[in-house]
Amino acid sequence: MDDHSIEIRNLYKIFGAHGKKYIEAVENGMSKDELNAKHGHVLALKDINIHIPQAKIQVIMGLSGSGKSTLIRHINRLIVPTVGEVIYQGEDVCKMSESDLREFRRHKTAMVFQKFSLLPHRTVIKNTLFGLELQGIAKKECEERARHWLVRVGLEGYADRYPNELSGGMQQRVGLARALTNDADILLMDEAFSALDPLIRNDMQAILLELQAELHKTVVFITHDLDEALRLGDRIAILRDGAVIQQGTGQEIVLKPADAYITDFVKEVNRGRVILVDTIMKTGANGSASVSIPSGSRLENAAKLLTDSGEATANVVDDKGVSIGTISMKATIDAMVTPASH
Amino acid sequence: MSIFTEFPEMSRTDLRDLKKGVDEAFRSFTRANGEAIENFFFPLLKFLVWFEKLLISTPWPIMILVLCALVWAGSRSWGLVVGTVLVLLLIGYLGMWEDTMFTIALISVATMICIVIGIPLGIVMSKSDRTQAVITPVLDIMQTIPSFVYLIPILMLLGIGKVPGLIAVCIYAVPPVVRLTNLGIRLVDRDVLEAADAFGASPRQKLWTVQIPLALPNIFAGVNQTIMMALAMVVVAALIGVHGLGQQVLKAVNNQYLALGMMNGLAIVAIAIVFDRVSQKYGQRLQKHTEVIHG
Repeated sequence: MDDHSIEIRNLYKIFGAHGKKYIEAVENGMSKDELNAKHGHVLALKDINIHIPQAKIQVIMGLSGSGKSTLIRHINRLIVPTVGEVIYQGEDVCKMSESDLREFRRHKTAMVFQKFSLLPHRTVIKNTLFGLELQGIAKKECEERARHWLVRVGLEGYADRYPNELSGGMQQRVGLARALTNDADILLMDEAFSALDPLIRNDMQAILLELQAELHKTVVFITHDLDEALRLGDRIAILRDGAVIQQGTGQEIVLKPADAYITDFVKEVNRGRVILVDTIMKTGANGSASVSIPSGSRLENAAKLLTDSGEATANVVDDKGVSIGTISMKATIDAMVTPASH
Repeated sequence: MSIFTEFPEMSRTDLRDLKKGVDEAFRSFTRANGEAIENFFFPLLKFLVWFEKLLISTPWPIMILVLCALVWAGSRSWGLVVGTVLVLLLIGYLGMWEDTMFTIALISVATMICIVIGIPLGIVMSKSDRTQAVITPVLDIMQTIPSFVYLIPILMLLGIGKVPGLIAVCIYAVPPVVRLTNLGIRLVDRDVLEAADAFGASPRQKLWTVQIPLALPNIFAGVNQTIMMALAMVVVAALIGVHGLGQQVLKAVNNQYLALGMMNGLAIVAIAIVFDRVSQKYGQRLQKHTEVIHG
């Protein structure tokens, strides 16, 4: 099987007329503010190294101005880095010729945008098949494939509407269908759900997870919302002032925040929804409890199971039903409550 | 201190020589290339003459039907169709049918030329700021220079006739379509363009699938302005031998025929209103889908 992971290496982006000139200064520790004040250049990304695993959802999280939207645009080279590499299947996207880049964008990537960026003069179906049309695929096949994905995102019957006739959530479904219709290995989602109201956002997250369980694309998802990051991300990288300050799984970030900034961030998180029973279970104990919970479950579910059954401990069992440890009510609640040190 | 009271002018002989030099140079250019240029425009002349003949030789009831069909196709408004019929009947009844057909032929051909030249030029202009910086002042000159001034070289080159008249009309009428094509393309939402880039659109695909369709309402506003300006030029065009309502107005001015002048002038106004309303309605229909906002 082809490798669909993406490797971002030593990536820097300095906006301004002579960005390259100041790379060395930045490498030697010049700060963003200093660069801006002294030379009028903006340091957007600093020494980014991320391995984006294939068939997983990699979330890149940061507040506005952290450089996250700039970073995702380097993966399909909508923005050219000042220095650095973006390697996909052995090739550096940053060094591709114009025509190779076009082919790469047409066949390997698809993007969903924060503001939907649909073509207002085209109907929903014509928007959905846009990528295929650019590839030069015959009209009939375009329409068939587009219709398939419109149904999958729940827009059956809306094919001939114009985007402006639809609500924001529906417009973004079109955006998602457009990206999926492209049938690309990489799905780039730039704050795709940020402009939607919370309920709709929840729906869209569920749709994405459901589709991902089946499609296994390499998804890069940008967000400023930690809850969204934790819900969607197999891996999360946190960006601040253009630099990655921590990356890992959601659990790792919640349990071992790298600095005060992230600690502050994770304080409000519903830990029961992030931490897995595997993380806090006692191994080596005999599985004598009368209730069992599958490995990989979240603490929330363990707590529910324990309260419902009235038991003090439960077995944690693997997918064959073999006990691999035990988890107690006390440990569960302890782990779900935010530690005082936070 | 005469420098403050008398402007330090060029000497009279130098000035005369300068003017003479320019005139001579242009005359010799005309002598050398006049025929070639005339031959170059010959197909245009043939087309215009053919079109005029077509409009005039078509029986008037059929002509009215055709025009009404065009008005309906453009505007989808019965009111406008009825208005057009009344205007045309009145024009015919007052003996201006043939001149009106000449004028409609001239305006139609001039508008076609302006579109063929103006839209590509506007596209080129939208592609680079430098091109825009070069073309904009040229358009400014074309719109503000008194039209009689550019009639001189046109007359020297091509003499009196339909083609020079057509060229004069086009020079005056082409700027709006160029400007608004340029503007329309530049106003296309950057987010949408980025999406097109992200899906791997080539510059040509981007132009045809995104930029031109989204700029179309603006481009059409430019075409509408071009038509109006072409109509405003019919009297000037008549000065160098173009047939039509303009010529009658000219005759009326020369002989102080009030009624003749008014009638032909109002006929021009009536045609202008029909053209304007139809093209505006058409332009509105072009952007209808963008105006349906989700409630």
